[in-house]
Order: sequence, then C-alpha cells, then structure tokens
Amino acid sequence: MTFLALKGVQKHFGGFRAVEDFNLDVERGEFVSFLGPSGCGKTTTLRMIAGFELPTNGTVEVDGVDITYRPPNKRNVGMVFQSYALFPNMTVAENIGFGLKVRKLPAAAIRKRVDELLELINLGGKETRYPYQLSGGMQQRVALARALAIEPQVLLLDEPLSALDAKIRISLRNEIRSIQRQLGITTVYVTHDQEEALSLSDRVVVMSEGRIEQVGTPFEIYNFPRTSLVARFVGTLNVLTARVVDAAAGRVEVDGQTIRTAGPIAGAQTGDMVTIALRPEIMSLDEGAAGANQLRGSIDDITFLGAVVRIRIRLAGDGVGAGGGGANAGGAGGGAGTVVFDTFNNPHLAVPQRGGSVTLSFPPEACLLLEQSSAAAAPDPVAEEILAG
Amino acid sequence: MRDALRARPASRRSRAWVGLLPFFLFSFMFLLLPITFLVIGSFQDGQGQLTVRNYADIASTPYIINAFHSSIEISLVTAIGGGIFGFLLAYAVILGGLPGFLRTALMTFSGVASNFAGVPLALAFIFTLGQIGLVTGFLKTYLGIDLWGGGFSLYSKIGVELVYMYFQFPLMVLIIAPAIDGLKRDWREAAENMGASSFQYWRYVALPILMPSLLGTVILLFGNAFGAQATVYQLTGGTIPIVTVIIGAQISGDVLHNEGLGYAMAMGMVAIMGIVITIYTWLQRRSEKWLR
Amino acid sequence: MTGPGFGMRTPGALQSVLEAKPRKGRRQRGSIWAWVVFVAGFLYFFLPLVATFEFSLRAKPFLAAYTNSLKDPQFFSSLAFSFVIGVLTIVVSIMLIVPTAYWVRLRVPRLRPYVEFITLLPFVVPPVILVFGLIRTYGHPPLPLTNTTLGGHALLVAAYVVLSLPYMYRAVDTGLRAIDVRSLTEAAQSLGAGWLTILWRVIFPNLRVALLSGAFLTLAIVIGEYTIANFLAQPAFGPYLSLLGNNRAYEPAAVSLISFGLTWTAMGMISFLGRGARGKVQLVGTH
Repeated sequence: MTFLALKGVQKHFGGFRAVEDFNLDVERGEFVSFLGPSGCGKTTTLRMIAGFELPTNGTVEVDGVDITYRPPNKRNVGMVFQSYALFPNMTVAENIGFGLKVRKLPAAAIRKRVDELLELINLGGKETRYPYQLSGGMQQRVALARALAIEPQVLLLDEPLSALDAKIRISLRNEIRSIQRQLGITTVYVTHDQEEALSLSDRVVVMSEGRIEQVGTPFEIYNFPRTSLVARFVGTLNVLTARVVDAAAGRVEVDGQTIRTAGPIAGAQTGDMVTIALRPEIMSLDEGAAGANQLRGSIDDITFLGAVVRIRIRLAGDGVGAGGGGANAGGAGGGAGTVVFDTFNNPHLAVPQRGGSVTLSFPPEACLLLEQSSAAAAPDPVAEEILAG
Repeated sequence: MRDALRARPASRRSRAWVGLLPFFLFSFMFLLLPITFLVIGSFQDGQGQLTVRNYADIASTPYIINAFHSSIEISLVTAIGGGIFGFLLAYAVILGGLPGFLRTALMTFSGVASNFAGVPLALAFIFTLGQIGLVTGFLKTYLGIDLWGGGFSLYSKIGVELVYMYFQFPLMVLIIAPAIDGLKRDWREAAENMGASSFQYWRYVALPILMPSLLGTVILLFGNAFGAQATVYQLTGGTIPIVTVIIGAQISGDVLHNEGLGYAMAMGMVAIMGIVITIYTWLQRRSEKWLR
Repeated sequence: MTGPGFGMRTPGALQSVLEAKPRKGRRQRGSIWAWVVFVAGFLYFFLPLVATFEFSLRAKPFLAAYTNSLKDPQFFSSLAFSFVIGVLTIVVSIMLIVPTAYWVRLRVPRLRPYVEFITLLPFVVPPVILVFGLIRTYGHPPLPLTNTTLGGHALLVAAYVVLSLPYMYRAVDTGLRAIDVRSLTEAAQSLGAGWLTILWRVIFPNLRVALLSGAFLTLAIVIGEYTIANFLAQPAFGPYLSLLGNNRAYEPAAVSLISFGLTWTAMGMISFLGRGARGKVQLVGTH
C-alpha cells in the first residue's frame, strides 16, 4: 500500500527547472534512495517532502493526507542533514529530546525516550557530551536518533554519510539499514554514491537534471540499466557505439568486429548507430562457450585493484563503430576503441603482458541495448567527474 | 662528532628567542615600564614610603567614587543600548530580508563610525543636538518640541551617552555580524523539522548559541566606553567628572593634590579593563568552540 | 466534467495562492521591522554629518568656513604632522610586528602566549593611562624624552605603535596562518635565501593585504587622535581641532567634516583591500 506519494511534483527556481514531473509511490516501511549527480534535483525533492521548499506544482501525500502546503514544523517527518545540524549548545540528550521538548512532553517521558534511542544508536553513557566532543560518526548517529525521537511517519536522510571517512561510512550505513528494518520506518535516502544506494535500498530512483531516469530494485538498476546515463552512473561499464548490421538478428558491428545482442533491435535500420553496454566483470579472456561473442584486441594497460585486476584492451579493429569515440568516452574504458575487463585476483592468476594480443568473450545476453537518456544526450560533466573519482 | 651534531640544533633552539628581543625591548620600554611606574607610584606616599593608603583613599574620596560610578554607568548604558541596537541592525541586514547591498553599506558605515570619535564626533553632536543644532532647531520649529527647554542637555550624562552610542552600536555590528552569519540554516530547519515554532527556535537554539558572543561583545563595548576620554572632554570640558577626565586633569596638574592617589585611580581603571578583557576572551573562546 | 488533470491541478494551484499569501505577508512584516531598524541606524549615522555640514554653511559669505580653514597655516602644519607621525607609526609597527609574529610562528611557538598577552595589553590600558605612565616615566632623567622636541615626537610614535599592537599583531598573525609559513621558508632556504631575503621577498608580499588594512586603520586612528598628542603637547591635528572647536564658530564644522572624510577614505581603502577575505582587523579606535 502506498504510504508516501509524490504526484506530478515540479519545482522551478525562476527559470531554472530543478525538478520536473516527479511521480513516485513509496510503500509503508520501504527504503528508497534518490541517486544522481549533484544538481540533479534529488535534494530539492527531499526538501519538498520535508516542507522546506514548496513545489511549483504537484502534491506530496503521506498516508493519504495531502501535506504539500503544510509548514515543516507540522509535518512529523524526520530529517537527517548532511552537516548533522546538531545544536551546538545542547548535550546529546538535549539534542535527541528537542523534538519532544517543543511538543511539551513531561520530562520523565522525554528522559525515557532519549534513553531508548541512545540504546538504539549505541551511544549510552554519552548523553551529557556536547556535539563538539564527538566524532563525526557519533554526531551523525545522534542526528539520526534525534530525527527518530519524534516517531516520524517518514524518515528523510540527505547525504548523511558524505562528510565521513570511508570506513565509518560503511559501518554507519549498515547501522542505518538495520535500525530502519527494526523500526520499519518509511525512508527516503538521498545520495550520489551508487554503492550506498545499491547496498541500502529496496528501490533506487536514479535522477538526472530534475527527471527520473529509472526506478527499480538495486538488482534491476545494476543489471538492466535502461539508459546510458543510468548505466554509466551505476557501476563501471563499457559503453560502446555499434553499427547495426542486421536488426532482426540483433547483429551489430563494433570496431569492425561483428557481435550479437540478446534479441532483435526494435526500430533500427541497418547502418544505424546504437549504444550498447558491457559490464567489465561479465567478460572472460578465452574463446568462450559456443555462440559467445568475441572481440579481439591488444592489452593496453593493467591496473591492480586488490581483489580485482582491471585490464584495458584496445580493440584490434579498423576504428569503425567504437573507434568513433564520443559515446564511449564516458565508459570505464576511457579512450576510444578500448574496453575494460575485470577479473578476480588470485595468486595463480596468469597476468598477461602489456601489448599482448587477446580475445575477449561474452554471451550475447551481456550486451545491453541502451535507450537515449530522457535528459540531455550529452554526458553529464558532473557524472563524469564522479566516475573519474 | 656525535656531540657536535646534537649540540647544533640544541643551541639554535636556545638562541631562537633572541629574534623576539626587539619586540620585548620595545614593549618593555613603552608599555610595561610605564605601567610598572604607575603601579609602584600607587603604592608610595608623598615621601616615597611603601603604603596601601592610596587605595584606601579612593574608597573614602566621594569625588573619585562618584567618577567611577559615572564612568561605569555611562559605559553600562551605552554598552547595553548600543549592543541591543547594534544587534537588531546586524540582524536586520543579515537575516531580515533587506536587499543585499545594504549589508555591505552597513558594514562600511560601521567601520567608519566605530572609528569616528573623539573631538570631531563631539563637535558633530554639538552641531546636531546642541542649543543651536540642526535637529534641535528642526524639532522646535516644525514639531514644537523644545528639547533644551524640556530639560535635555547634550552636556549631561544623557548627552554623553547619546554621543557614545555613535561609536558603540557600529562596533557591535562589526563584531556580532560574523556570529549571526554563523547561525546555520540547517539548525533552523532541523528545529522546524522537529516541530519547533519560530519562537521556540529562538528561545532554545539561536539565542543560546549567540549568547556568549552577545555578552562578550557587550562587555567589550563597556570597555570601549570606559576608556574613552577625548569625546567627553571635548563635549563637556570636564563638567562631568568621569575617571578618564579626572586622570587627564591629574596628568596636567595634580588636581587631586596627591600623586599616589592619581596612580591608584589609574590602577583601578586598569583592573576594571583587565576584568572586562578576561571575560570577553573567555566568552569568545567558548562561542568559537561551538561555531567551529 | 473537467479532466482529472485539471481537477488535480486547480485545487493545488489555488491552495498555493492562498498559502503563499500569509507566508509572503509574514516575510514582509519582518521586512518592515528590519527597514525601521535600518532607517533608524541610517539617521543616527548621517544626521550628525548633515548637521555638521549644514552648520559649516551657516558662515557668511558662502563656504567661508572652508576657505578660512584652508587659509589657516596651522591646519596644514598639524595635518601634515599627524600624517607623518602616522606613516612613521606604520613603518615602526610593521618592522616590529611582522618579524616577531613570523618568528613566533616558525621558531618559538612556546613564547606565543607571552607575546599575545603583551599585544592584548593595550586593550587593558586605555590611551589616557598609557600617556600618564609615559609622561611619568620619560619626564625626567635618565631618559627625559618629553623635554626635547625630537624626544616628544619619538614618544608619540612609540605610544601610537603600542595602540596599534593588538590589531596589527592579529592581522599579521591571521595572514601568516593563511599562508604556509614553514613550507615557504623552507622552500626559500633551499633556494639559498637568507633570513632578510625571506622576510622581504617572501613573507611581506604575502601579507600585503593584511598589512595595508592594518596601515590604513592605524592612519585613521592616528590622524584624529587627541588624548595622547594633547598630553605630550604635540602639534597634532587632534589638539588643533579641539582648540579650534573651543575658539571658533563655523570652522570646526568644516574641519570636522574634512577629518571625517579622511577616516572614511582610510576605511574605504580597508574594505576595498579586504573584499572577500577581510582578515581579522579589529576596529577599535581611540575615543
């Protein structure tokens, strides 16, 4: 049953369209992430749910009640800020109890609730500390407890982990998820970190330039990205431009080498250019099973990433198709006519030599045909930056 | 060999303080020595004998007690008045929804006004609120209000306080503006998010966070007024005996007929200023810790 | 019947208009309140200046207050004197404070509390007390500075340097914190520079904004200063203006305005220099 509903929500700041026609139904107890590069409208959407921004158009409903124009202090929606936003003049206990204090609850009741929450976030004994005496991770846990103290109908988290160290980020991420499951609270989580979104969420909403690109489970988003933008933003991906050879048979030509896609290419003529995506981990350095696609090339570079060894391969073709550059510049390969391939590291791995000739193989089902992005077709510079980093 | 290697950094370190010699020498000659001279003088009687009599005399000389009383009163009134007005002004331009350029304008005005003091300031107020001043004349002619006839005098305590306000509130604006800037939007939103009204946000969050800065700055304004001499001297020519004016008269010609008493008075003043600066520094540290 | 799209949108739009009104209204009320405060501050600031200007124009013939003032040789001599004293103060203050702050930061951080304490002392010792002590200390042998003209000037500069200590030191120290003193010094040393070269070619240029702000503030304070110059019997601008104020009617108004213009210019230079990052120049004058 739908608990939180955004219907046709738009937000314009002057001439700038921050959010365009945003429609989303969130189930009770569901954990939904808004994923996208900065400036894609995900935080603006979150702020409209919290009531800090008024939509230019559309409605926000919680449990069937329209709260679009309700002031933020009458909403009963808990929010965790990127900057923690703990009140520096209050102790941990006072911070957590603030929402109850302004509701004029008796001191004993506040005390009881604060103790429960301190227990929940594992900060028992720290109630008399001030925020500046706590680490960033502890501060964000207090902020989480503070948002939960008022027993909100919906919990909103605005990039809560982005100011923290990598290690704390992962442990706090797991903690947030387990607390969310324990309380069964409907949660919206904003992030630009695809790993965070994939690992935490029941469903992920990928956004770009104020629009929804794709909504789906982490499994769907990762394995079946609908647009090249989603494909490039979620995980590492080879994005190749291919020329259609036979649309009905699903045959295309990449860099002069013909491969097969999973099925017919709808609405394409011979000679059309299409975009296909290949996950680096789905390929292998051998002849492959019968009927497998093969691409020949030479090894350009080998990067040791710990558990994974990443090998960049320059395709041996004539520069047609992928050699056209452009479209695959944003892919993991980086250069024109190159493909990136990941293999698990192991002590007996026979690492090939740079410059050596190899054959890559992958099943036809691994070739994902991408739609043109609903936003601008040009790669988002911000997304590029994040991918590069 | 080994010793030589070790000795070099050690000896360099021990000689490093020599680089500060010019500074210490200068401050000794022109700051510490003069203060020491006053301190010693305050513990001597006319014959150069050690005594605490001078300090006892301060307490038993109504004239001096009065002067301290007036100084403190004027400083307190202008510090609190200037503090409140300066805060409202800074708040108005930063968070009051006024156009942005007014903020720049106010900060520049404040930089000028907090330094526009002494003789020209006193003169400017005489031309404004003196018996034949512009505002005095305007009120009389157009609104029928006779300021001076109604008991107002620019050369009274109220007058001095009005003049002091001219440099007090701009100083408040300059010092409190960064603190108001330090109020994060997220705090307000977090408070609203948890159901707090605007009043509750101010009552529980904004004012307590600003309080150390507010108190500290008001205390600094107190010291600012307490040490002022030129403005009030030019304005009243000594008819309002405040501490700095009496000390000035004592420098020119021993009006107290007791050198030691003058020194003790100066020390009393230094002691009050010392307390003021200590409290200010303490409060400032505290708010910096919060706003970091 | 209207389509669902129309039916959905209209109430929302209507509600948005209804809801937007009180919100906007609240902000406007706040604005009115803010405007009232601002206008009050504006009047407080400008009325005395307008009154002074108006008063200066009461002299007959027109602008006589200004022409008389400008004809007075003492006006120029006292202004020039204060200006020269101000420049000397700035030079001495920079020569004293920059190497000190630099050295404290680089080599003797353990002495920082003592240096900071001394630079805060002038806040505790008002000008009238400082000059009191100076006169009693240097009014007799072994160093009877007040008895000679040159000695008096030197004492005046020394006193002003003391007044400038708190904000000059803070400005320089903030400036040094912003640049990585240690790396700059080590880089310069590795390239073969000596201490004087480092200070002159590396540290000073990097502190330009802080030093210029401090310099203009010092100038603004020194030019109108009355208390210290008066008790040291120096032919400075402050005592001249005070004397003028006691003896003449309209000229003081003209000269006050000129003095205000000088303060304004100096402060304008500071805010011009400090656009963006305005160091921590504490603006406390001598009143």
